[in-house]
Amino acid sequence: MSIDVQTIFQIAGIGIIVAMIQTVLKQMGKDDWSQWVTLIGFVVILYMVASLIGDLFDKIRDVFLFNG
Amino acid sequence: MAIEILQIVGIGMVATFLALILNEHKPVFGLMLIIFVGALIFIFLIGKIEEIINTLEQLAVNAHLNIVYVETILKIVGIAYIAEFGVQIARDAGQGALASKIELAGKVIILVMAIPIITAIIKTVIGMIPQ
Repeated sequence: MSIDVQTIFQIAGIGIIVAMIQTVLKQMGKDDWSQWVTLIGFVVILYMVASLIGDLFDKIRDVFLFNG
Repeated sequence: MAIEILQIVGIGMVATFLALILNEHKPVFGLMLIIFVGALIFIFLIGKIEEIINTLEQLAVNAHLNIVYVETILKIVGIAYIAEFGVQIARDAGQGALASKIELAGKVIILVMAIPIITAIIKTVIGMIPQ
């Protein structure tokens, strides 16, 4: 439970930091770089969320849909 | 056991505030955060649901019920939970049409799974009718 709660803050932190980096890069005039930063941040978060949802589906399958 | 509701409410409120902040800059990340917290609460609850289901199964076995029917009902409950989860996520993301389709899929699949029970009921009723 506590590890997963940490992940909530990780996601929020990544989001805020990515927004910050994007602002800085835009002011430096590197719009294409800021796009890449957003994409990479999104992929990292998507990996976290997807692994948790996979976990959830496994558990639901165990509890409700036993024997497949 | 009762203290856990405080944990859930706390996590929910923290996630709500964080999502508010994230939505200002990056709405996609806010949505991801909400999905994550939803799955987290669901995983937390599934342990409790397992206990309830085990009790129900025990009751059914003690009452000499046909286990197939109990199993079907439990599967239907599971499908309803999963479908609801997906529908809420899609609706949060602003995809109302997709959410309706997921809902429809859940209903149809539940209906298909209920066919054996419906057949059994109809057979019983027909058997009661005097020839």
